[in-house]
Amino acid sequence: MADLPELDISRRGMLGGGTATVVIAASPVAAAQDKEPMQADPPAPIPLSFEVNGEKRDLTLDSRTTLLDALREHLHLTGTKKGCDHGQCGACTVLVDGVRINSCLTLAVMHQGDRITTIEGLGTPDRLHPMQAAFVQHDGYQCGYCTPGQICSAVAVLDEIGRGVPSYVAADLTERPRMTDIEMRERMSGNICRCGAYSNIAEAMAQVAGERA
Amino acid sequence: MRAFTYERADSARDAAARAASTPGAKFIAGGTNLLDLMKLEIETPRHLIDVNGLGFDRIEKTGDGGLRIGALVRNTDLAADMRVRKDYGVLSRALLAGASGQLRNKATTAGNLLQRTRCPYFYDTNQPCNKRKPGSGCAAIGGYSRQLAVIGSSESCIATHPSDMAVALRALDATVETVNAAGQARAIPIADFHRLPGDTPHIETALAPGEFITGVTLPKPIGGRHYYEKVRDRASYAFALVSVAAVIHKDGTGRVALGGVAHKPWRVEAAETAMPEGARAVSARLLAGARPTHDNAFKVPLAERALAAVMMQARTA
Ligand SMILES: Cc1cc2nc3c(=O)[nH]c(=O)nc-3n(C[C@H](O)[C@H](O)[C@H](O)COP(=O)(O)OP(=O)(O)OC[C@H]3O[C@@H](n4cnc5c(N)ncnc54)[C@H](O)[C@@H]3O)c2cc1C
Ligand code: SF4
Ligand code: FES
Ligand code: FES
Repeated sequence: MADLPELDISRRGMLGGGTATVVIAASPVAAAQDKEPMQADPPAPIPLSFEVNGEKRDLTLDSRTTLLDALREHLHLTGTKKGCDHGQCGACTVLVDGVRINSCLTLAVMHQGDRITTIEGLGTPDRLHPMQAAFVQHDGYQCGYCTPGQICSAVAVLDEIGRGVPSYVAADLTERPRMTDIEMRERMSGNICRCGAYSNIAEAMAQVAGERA
Repeated sequence: MRAFTYERADSARDAAARAASTPGAKFIAGGTNLLDLMKLEIETPRHLIDVNGLGFDRIEKTGDGGLRIGALVRNTDLAADMRVRKDYGVLSRALLAGASGQLRNKATTAGNLLQRTRCPYFYDTNQPCNKRKPGSGCAAIGGYSRQLAVIGSSESCIATHPSDMAVALRALDATVETVNAAGQARAIPIADFHRLPGDTPHIETALAPGEFITGVTLPKPIGGRHYYEKVRDRASYAFALVSVAAVIHKDGTGRVALGGVAHKPWRVEAAETAMPEGARAVSARLLAGARPTHDNAFKVPLAERALAAVMMQARTA
């Protein structure tokens, strides 16, 4: 995994005024649109520094690089997964300053100075985060692809409930939300699992929530 | 994604001036709609102005007892604000019905208002679409139109506006505040903010090029019970087929706006006088002149039933 080439996305930019055939090979979707002339020189890469899993990191990136690609392709933190790349699946969920977001729908350069936590920063194989341990105990996965996003999201969900952030299933908006199954399921709806491990994920979360309460 | 240059703005006025004078410039806030569309090359800005450092992230009381919501307040924070939960519950509920927890943590007030349609042909760059490419035609007319508009549409476009938040803001008579490139501020009533498609579906709002949204103001609370009923294909994390934002008073009077039916949040003040008569009378007036397609004709009775469900809850509450 260590020496992946630059992403396809940035490679296309490097091609600059490449011929139509090259563009078609790189991106059939884009090729169908009428072309404005491509910029001859890609804009200069942008220096950026942020903290990832407690460590200060400096990068110089093409402006197009998403936070997800910065983590996976540049910092080689491949725990965070790319499912859809369009905000639809939650596989790319990370915590930025403690708040969960989809790292595929944000640019790395928009995170200058931020504190980012990925699945690698939550726990390690010999020192699991309680949520990781609960996922193992309750079989909260099958193939495991959605799991890093599920776990980051689950950790943030318990924090959100704890801070009193309401959800759509609140009967009374002004009451403090509680760690109920229906609350946790509603709040986890941005994390899709093709293997359908949902009920086991809910059990893992309930266990951690119970320990906290 | 096409290449673009990037800058961080340091004042709203500056951002507006830069946006108006730089060819192909766009603001980026949460990025959750713009980046999605840039990846598909539906949006191809050549310059991005990051407005996240500008502040506008507070919710404050106004002089007349209302609330001013900064353009960069995140959807989660707006929904969680206790003043909003108590006095403008329809807004909290609409926000919480939208997208996912992760997306709401990034999505901003202004970005949510300006999110673009989810018409499947707008997203498919192999298809003609007057909104994406003016003059190319509309593949949705005669195509798969289950999700699309039933009222206020045109021969050029039958798309809907996908925002839940905007539907609640329409019911609350909110005002959108902006500053332009010359530094002039103006206030646009939410009713006039989004446009019907007419023959220019690519012009979606009343904003001028470069005009920057600074915030949204809510008038003082109107009381009543607040509802946001969203009917969708799954229980969570899906766009509305039909949604009903309603504020209903003890005497049965109130306000109703619909989502999922038109190119903008759909409200007809004159229909609201029929509220004490029941959902059928209201929806007959609210959706008078509806021109659904074969695929989405179900939305007309669905809107009436969703409204009936809300009115029933209000009566028995
Ligand atoms: C999978 C998915 C599901 C979703 N489901 C729902 C749903 O059910 N209901 C719903 O309502 N929404 C839904 N959304 C949409 C989401 O609400 C929007 O993407 C979000 O609100 C956009 O806000 P943003 O701050 O990220 O905007 P951005 O993407 O940053 O910007 C959007 C537009 O607004 C412009 N802009 C931003 N700020 C300003 C400003 N201050 N002044 C002028 N222009 C500005 C930008 O230039 C851009 O054109 C969903 C999105 C995804 C990806
Ligand atoms: S309905 Fe509007 S957005 Fe959809 S294809 Fe037609 S013109 Fe485009
Ligand atoms: S990869 Fe980001 S949500 Fe699917
Ligand atoms: S465990 Fe396979 S996708 Fe969730």
